Amino acid sequence: MWKWLHPYAKTERAYQLCVTLQPWLWAGAGVALFVGTLWGLAFAPQDYQQGDSFRIIYIHVPSAILSMGTYVAMAVAALVGMVWQWRTAYMSMIAMAPVGAVMTFIALFTGAAWGKPMWGAWWVWDARLTSELILLFLYFGVIALYGAFEDKQQAGKAAGVMALVGVVNIPIIHYSVEWWNTLHQGATISKFDNPSIAPEMLWPLLINLLGFAFFIGAVTTVRLRNEIVLREMHRPWVQALAKKQVKGAQ
Amino acid sequence: MNPRRKQRLTVVALIGLLVASAIGLMLYALNDSIDLFYTPSEIIEGKNGLKPQVGQRLRIGGMVVPGTVSRDPNSLAVSFDLVDTGPAVTVTFTGILPDLFREGQGIVATGVLTDSRQINAQEVLAKHDEEYMPPELAEKMKGIKHVKPENKSGYGSSDANSYNDKSYDASSYKNSTYESGVSGNKPSKADSTTSMNEGQ
Repeated sequence: MWKWLHPYAKTERAYQLCVTLQPWLWAGAGVALFVGTLWGLAFAPQDYQQGDSFRIIYIHVPSAILSMGTYVAMAVAALVGMVWQWRTAYMSMIAMAPVGAVMTFIALFTGAAWGKPMWGAWWVWDARLTSELILLFLYFGVIALYGAFEDKQQAGKAAGVMALVGVVNIPIIHYSVEWWNTLHQGATISKFDNPSIAPEMLWPLLINLLGFAFFIGAVTTVRLRNEIVLREMHRPWVQALAKKQVKGAQ
Repeated sequence: MNPRRKQRLTVVALIGLLVASAIGLMLYALNDSIDLFYTPSEIIEGKNGLKPQVGQRLRIGGMVVPGTVSRDPNSLAVSFDLVDTGPAVTVTFTGILPDLFREGQGIVATGVLTDSRQINAQEVLAKHDEEYMPPELAEKMKGIKHVKPENKSGYGSSDANSYNDKSYDASSYKNSTYESGVSGNKPSKADSTTSMNEGQ
């Protein structure tokens, strides 16, 4: 069932896949982010309670959801790396880490900027905010651990263990608003059968969510290509590629 | 799957399970400390058999009871009752309330318990729910409970003036542009619902 994936354990095939996917991901990100953001900011109706201030939801919610989604993807990559011992899995794990960290930061920052006018505070140590902050530190931990090893094979393993252990935090973030009482409100769109948001406000949100996902994918492929080339410098196919690039530039 | 991979997968799964249960137990033990606030009934009746002491600094979270908001005309002092499912606790506060503060709204206040049913708050935060909808839909579903008082100025109808009697602090970010972008708003309806519910 998963046989089709096996060739991508080879760095050359993974590199080729990135090259093929990249333009589509960028195009998808561009279109979806343009449509979603414009629709959300200019055409969606105001909220009955928060007026125009609620529009920051179109950045806050996609970045928050995908900060968790990217972490899960990273953990899956770490698992594949650990069990099947694919080098490309560790490479994609570390390619995703800074992207996810940035998403987490955006979620925290937009949340603070939203919290100040609505709640009256930039920051409250409630369960949701704190667990999301821990997610940011987990990303930092994975990045730092990977950077701390000279031998990148070792580095991948160490950072992979950390990424896997940290995945416990994901359900905590998600359910924090249900398990404990918090200042942060409950989930809006993850209740798929009955989202608590009017459809004309929901659509741009979903489009932006897709756009953020494409964007993360696009940046990850760029970073993965870099990582592969950097790690496989001595391989003939990389050297051939470099020669071709140089010739093309002249 | 070859045996070596299977073995590695088992080890990883076991470690995962161990970590998850360790964290789970920790969170379970810390359960009460992770809650952000006491509810009014927890303050009065106690939480797990423990009652907060007078003089204790704590947070309370509950709904503002309609009709209990009273303001000192000469200062920023305000007092209101908070309630959840049981009895109410009175909160006194001096300062500027958040924009979302209104009757029926969820509020989280930090302060000192001065009496078994009274809190002197230093900070008042507004909690909002996870529902987002355009104003016209909110009217149909909820009545006016949540309509921003400022909206009225934009709609410019006369019978909304009664709102001025209550000194809801009018916030800064409303003006005439408030109307733009709201499609199919029905000013007359908004106002009639308002005046109906206002006769308290």
